[in-house]
Amino acid sequence: MKLPYERPTLRKLTAGALNKFGPRAGARAVTALDGVAVDELVARFGSPLFVLSERQLRRSYQAAVRAFGTRYPQVQLAWSYKTNYLNAVCRTFHQEGAWAEVVSGMELEKALLNGVPGPHILFNGPGKRRADLERACAVDAVIHLDHADELHLLLDVAAGRPQRPRVALRVNLDAGIVPQWDRFGFNLENGEAWQALGRIVAPGRLELVGLHCHIGTYILQTAAYATAAAKLAALALRCERELNTSIQYLDLGGGFPSTNTLKGAYLPASDTVPSLDEYAEAITGALLGAGFRSGELPVLVLEAGRALVDDAGSLIGTVLANKRLADGRRATILDFGVNLLFTSFWYDHHISPTREFSNQTEPTVLYGPLCMNIDMLRESIALPLLAPGHHVLVHKVGAYNLSQWQQFINLRPNVVLIDQTAQVHLIRAAETLEYLQQLEQVPAHLR
Amino acid sequence: MKLKKNIATSESGFIFNPATGDSFSANPLAADILARAKDGLDPVAIKADILERYDVAPGQLEKDWDDLLAQLREFNLLD
Repeated sequence: MKLPYERPTLRKLTAGALNKFGPRAGARAVTALDGVAVDELVARFGSPLFVLSERQLRRSYQAAVRAFGTRYPQVQLAWSYKTNYLNAVCRTFHQEGAWAEVVSGMELEKALLNGVPGPHILFNGPGKRRADLERACAVDAVIHLDHADELHLLLDVAAGRPQRPRVALRVNLDAGIVPQWDRFGFNLENGEAWQALGRIVAPGRLELVGLHCHIGTYILQTAAYATAAAKLAALALRCERELNTSIQYLDLGGGFPSTNTLKGAYLPASDTVPSLDEYAEAITGALLGAGFRSGELPVLVLEAGRALVDDAGSLIGTVLANKRLADGRRATILDFGVNLLFTSFWYDHHISPTREFSNQTEPTVLYGPLCMNIDMLRESIALPLLAPGHHVLVHKVGAYNLSQWQQFINLRPNVVLIDQTAQVHLIRAAETLEYLQQLEQVPAHLR
Repeated sequence: MKLKKNIATSESGFIFNPATGDSFSANPLAADILARAKDGLDPVAIKADILERYDVAPGQLEKDWDDLLAQLREFNLLD
């Protein structure tokens, strides 16, 4: 029996200030996902491979409902479709009770096909076309108005309809976040939002049911949500007082972070990101103290996306090659790059080997397979001595990658869902060249 | 492969260059190779012994051998 081989390597020892914070250094092997061996998944479905955990999807959803629902009497989550609109994912959340939050006509149709009733669809986004508004009216979705042109377009659409379209006003406000997000909705502080509310209510052609704001993304300051909630609540009370219009729901948007570490962060996100309970405490505390009469609290709507799905996604890949760069650094080329892992532009993703190695690690640059200089997944990561054919696993990739992945240089791979009984289901098949070419047409003179 | 004469190596893989003050940590196989090279063993013999004892293909060992030489050169440990 021969000894296990690990390539010979040296590591220069450097003395420097020790960081006594953070998790254990070095990579721990993750050999299975939800009880299914990584090697088995690769053998059945190939590499690279996205894997979603139904158990984690449901766990994250239930944790969010628990965090807010135990503090406030009426809470409704609306699943943010753009974060991951694979039908299996959406349907899992809808089964749990989530409404749909969509931002385009395409997403609206997807939500309808997933069985979401129109009144349970919140239509956000800055780019709604006339046909989108007409369709939303036809299915009685709630239209979140983003700007004055859209408001006037909808008033026009509403003129020919027997039923008043239901709308909410998107409001941007100063919640203490720098830079302030002001591209979506009507500004609160300069009076634009109030003016728009008057324009909605006065003609009587639209039914104002909600107020919405989205203060940003990956917001780490819970106090900012408290500020936003207080301002939105004050606006709702003013609507009731001065416009004689009762606001049925306040939508605080999303933007709750996952525990992925942002590039440039000194400490890992697991040490710095507030829990959902802290966000819930800030938001519900502000609403409960805003001055609503007993029994007249508006429904609290949240458009969580990343916080619900990020942890449930993993990406399995394979080492294609190792090489040494001109300055002596080790580089490893994987079979997936920024084409599949869009979020590697802003996260230092946690990456694990999928089998046991010795404790020896080497600082490594991780590249993808694209012939593009930007295709770098990690500038430096301590990984064991991986050889071609070894697998790696990227954690927490469920948000945005499966909606922003690119059909660039390589085709997109299989996506599987592991259900709660450890059965593996293919939920999106790997693309083929035929699929890629089916919409192309070659002019006769080029055939 | 000819290590500089003043390079100190230990069985545990600690390597020290007294001329520069640099120190390094070698994994067990690299430490083994360096110790034998220091004893003057021929690279061909070292590689044959590794192939005999370890679960590795000759082609893989050749690639990794070249990479080890590149590291030793980069760290200024070769004559």
